Amino acid sequence: MSSYSTNQFKGGLKILLDGEPYSIVEHEMVKPGKGQAFSRVKVRNLKSGRVVEKTFKSGDSVEAADVMEIDLQYLFFDGEFWTFMEPNTFEQYQADANAMVEAKKWIREQDMCTIMLYNGSPLTVEPPNFVELEVTETDPGVRGDTSGGGGKPATLETGTVVRVPLFIEIGDKLKIDTRSGEYVSRA
Amino acid sequence: MAEAWRPSASMEVLRRRATRHAVIRQRFARQGVLEVETPVLSTTTAPDPQVPSLYTQHQGSRYWLQPSPEHHMKRLLAAGSGSIFRLGSVFRDDPSGAWHSPEFSMLEWYRCGFDDQDLMQDVAELIAEIGGPADFGVRPYLELVAEVLGEDALDMPLSSLGALCAARGLQDTASLSRDALLDFLMGVVIGPTLGRDQLQFVSHYPASQAALARLDPQQPRTARRFELYWRGVELANGFWELTDPREQAQRWEAELQQRQHSGAPVMEADGRLLQALQHGLPDCAGVALGLDRLHALLEGASSLSDVQSFSWDVA
Repeated sequence: MSSYSTNQFKGGLKILLDGEPYSIVEHEMVKPGKGQAFSRVKVRNLKSGRVVEKTFKSGDSVEAADVMEIDLQYLFFDGEFWTFMEPNTFEQYQADANAMVEAKKWIREQDMCTIMLYNGSPLTVEPPNFVELEVTETDPGVRGDTSGGGGKPATLETGTVVRVPLFIEIGDKLKIDTRSGEYVSRA
Repeated sequence: MAEAWRPSASMEVLRRRATRHAVIRQRFARQGVLEVETPVLSTTTAPDPQVPSLYTQHQGSRYWLQPSPEHHMKRLLAAGSGSIFRLGSVFRDDPSGAWHSPEFSMLEWYRCGFDDQDLMQDVAELIAEIGGPADFGVRPYLELVAEVLGEDALDMPLSSLGALCAARGLQDTASLSRDALLDFLMGVVIGPTLGRDQLQFVSHYPASQAALARLDPQQPRTARRFELYWRGVELANGFWELTDPREQAQRWEAELQQRQHSGAPVMEADGRLLQALQHGLPDCAGVALGLDRLHALLEGASSLSDVQSFSWDVA
């Protein structure tokens, strides 16, 4: 198991604390003039997203978390797991509902996603920044209205509901920004 | 990208810095405190394991860059200098950071006939004279720690103190001594909250952290050592000086043993300073003040590099 010394700490480093993977957000040295030196860090739990503060004695080492990011293609959902594939090696990975909280709102089969693997299993699945999805349900369009003001709800093929301009109709393909969850334009 | 040759501080800041130094020198001249210069290189250095010295070579012999002018200033005091001050660079083998520089400017002074209480007053007046806050407070170390812990830090079992520190985010507390746990509480938990609106002195350090201060005859579990915090930053460390050469030799012996155990570089105890103490150090109090930090706080800067002509990363 590899490890890092506190003097290697930097933003983005992935470490293991109490068996959970964390990412270092911020770090700072605290050294009393005549006392023990410490390394103080803000770390984000990669599972819960919660940020906490921890302090290490300077020179201590901390286990590295086996975390890596790779791009995978989404294949199918079997009712319990979402299966992804590495397009070059054809190696398959299964993501559970925890990892899919955000991504399942937006992705369709064959979409490429950035996946954070922790000990070889998907921890989080990040959808592409922009996706194109078809409208399966919405109130009838209002012709001539292209202003986008006001808007109405529309259900997309993934089941997600977004706010769209009044002129959008069933069957339209829409470009969505997955980071904000907002309609961008007709595709 | 800034041009690499340029100084890190602006000319305006450097002018104000020089003005403050002039005010400090005028103040000491008025008080009859003599300015002295002391060697940067010496055959020995402070054995305190938490104050790691840098070293270099002269003709094949090791010379230590002084982490403070304390030893030489005490030799001057023993020789009859009277009250003295020294303003100049000191060096420490510590990592650099926003508030840490391996080379930094220190103002150190000794007042004959003063105790730690008198000297805190003197420090506060000096800082007020160069634009710092006019008010100051003094709180005993163990009282501040008890406020956070709800009980006395020296009376409780080490494991309980460790658990209370772990609850505040400290990792691997089992490997740490009581002093290291106290350093965490003072340095990480309490210190950053001190001195918001005024200078805050912390007095009566635990005897185990006496360094070169004498123990308090009334409460021998504490020492007559103080530190100064302003806006959460540790600015100065002062002692009502230990004058007993035997006790000094014993403390150094303990520190040198700690160094040997931890594999840190070992130096000879400073025999010349011991001789000076045997000759007789006058009753005095002394303080070391981190000038770069003080300038940075007076300027409202967020790091030392804004007030150093050439900070560590461009030196």
